[in-house]
Amino acid sequence: MTQNATDIDLKAETDYKPNGNVVIKMEHLKKSFGNNHVLRDINLVINKGENLAILGQSGTGKSVLIKCIVGLVEIDDGKLLIYGKNISELKDKELIETQKKVGFLFQSGALYDSMTVRENLEFPLRKQLSSIPKEELESIVKEALHDVGLDEAIDKTPSELSGGMRKRLGLARTLILKPEIMLYDEPTTGLDPITSKEISNLILEVQKKYNTTSVIITHDIECTRLTANRIIVLKEGVCAAEGTFAELEKSADPWIRSFFE
Amino acid sequence: MAKIVSQQVYSENKQVEVIMEESPEIVPDSIFKKFFLEVASLTIFTLRFFKEVIKPPYEINELMKQSFLIGYKSLPLVAITGFIIGLVLTIQSRPTLAKFGSESLLPAMVAVSIIREIGPVITALIFAGKVGSGIGAELASMNVTEQIDAMQVSDNNPFKYLVVTRILSATFMLPLLVIFADGVGLMGSFVGVNIKGNVSAYLFFSQIFQSLEFGDLFPAVIKTFFFGFAIGLIATYKGYYSNKGTEGVGKAANSAVVLGSLMVFIIDMIAVQVTSVLQN
Ligand SMILES: Nc1ncnc2c1ncn2[C@@H]1O[C@H](COP(=O)(O)OP(=O)(O)O)[C@@H](O)[C@H]1O
Ligand SMILES: [Mg+2]
Repeated sequence: MTQNATDIDLKAETDYKPNGNVVIKMEHLKKSFGNNHVLRDINLVINKGENLAILGQSGTGKSVLIKCIVGLVEIDDGKLLIYGKNISELKDKELIETQKKVGFLFQSGALYDSMTVRENLEFPLRKQLSSIPKEELESIVKEALHDVGLDEAIDKTPSELSGGMRKRLGLARTLILKPEIMLYDEPTTGLDPITSKEISNLILEVQKKYNTTSVIITHDIECTRLTANRIIVLKEGVCAAEGTFAELEKSADPWIRSFFE
Repeated sequence: MAKIVSQQVYSENKQVEVIMEESPEIVPDSIFKKFFLEVASLTIFTLRFFKEVIKPPYEINELMKQSFLIGYKSLPLVAITGFIIGLVLTIQSRPTLAKFGSESLLPAMVAVSIIREIGPVITALIFAGKVGSGIGAELASMNVTEQIDAMQVSDNNPFKYLVVTRILSATFMLPLLVIFADGVGLMGSFVGVNIKGNVSAYLFFSQIFQSLEFGDLFPAVIKTFFFGFAIGLIATYKGYYSNKGTEGVGKAANSAVVLGSLMVFIIDMIAVQVTSVLQN
């Protein structure tokens, strides 16, 4: 399915209309590390079904921003609502239930290199492992690999995979928990243009198949063009600009335009 | 409940590290401050271990796997060092004992030294070097490559899976390794005795068992649990909270060995005091 992903050339639906279904909302969100004020005042709404791209220079806190959503980073101040629930007020169980709906693709893939591809995919399911019959587990794993075009790699170890394959496996491992919101941390960084395009198309395919909402952090303008319905530019801890690709490309601010060159 | 608390602890520790590293001009880089912050965060880490170790579900498979890697895989190294120590100690002690005309005490003297002190301490130091550095480097590289974060995000408690299992394995495998090393060391001693002289195995070992008391063996084995626990605790702590950079891996492995070995000596010193108080 993805072998010929380059020729499919899916396009993000640029005519996507916000349907008023907000899945994530940030209000005056702040986060500092010591005296390094990474996020100063983030106000952001993410709508159901959209593909939001977040641009920004290295070190502006893009990763920190999405790590707040999955709870890897704790916010200092402000509100973070997921499906209308204020994360900092949730009790343990509810928090886990809410955050389970969010999948995270790490920049490095974060593959477990001591495990095989199969074990990597089974790991997120460990808690349910006793209740899933063996054949069903096998088919879940196979389907996840098929979704990302890695059918052959099931018994390999991560060290035997190429950069693009590692990203695919990371994606498969995230998808196996059937998230409703996908956060991609620089999914195409470090990949060649062709593989980058394949990954961008994969993001769109995943979105179609599983009906996910996606947040994509990237420097890759081609990936942004292919995938994003809406773009936010992060600068010095605040959202400096927001708009569609076409709007920002013609922005009056040369700094913002510089991303699109 | 536990999960939220543990996350707070986690990020608290991170912040402590950042304050120390990134803003030396704001917080004076005092050694005492650094030391107490480190002790505080190690204490929190230890408490978290005890909380998570009793809370189900238990990671039995990973525990078994780690025990195999930590225990079984260390056998050859421990055997070689144990044998050599027993052999060398015997050869070295013979002239001194001969001077006092008490060469016949050689097996008993060597056995007491090996079982009381040299077996446990040397094995623990070897263990700190092999297992401590291994755990430190492994967890640190998992941290750098965000594997620990990935476990957390997929709702699998990485502390339980990675830290608890390794500390438990280290705690229970080291005593077994020490007993094994003691045995091999005595065999080395038997060889050493027979280089110059002719003592039958029966005579050698019966002399040893006559001279050994329960009071020699018991405290020596008990303290090795503490050695193993300390080595595992420090290695996992250093790995789990390593700096997020490739240099963090080397640092974590290094300080796991250095601090682990230091802890072995400190515990040994405490153990000798405690035993002498209890035996009086
Ligand atoms: N756990 C952490 N501890 C301390 N500082 C951090 C941590 N995570 C991120 N930072 C800092 O936050 C800033 C933003 O990092 P990041 O979000 O990774 O940037 P990017 O936009 O490139 O993804 C950087 O200056 C980084 O040093
Ligand atoms: Mg980043």
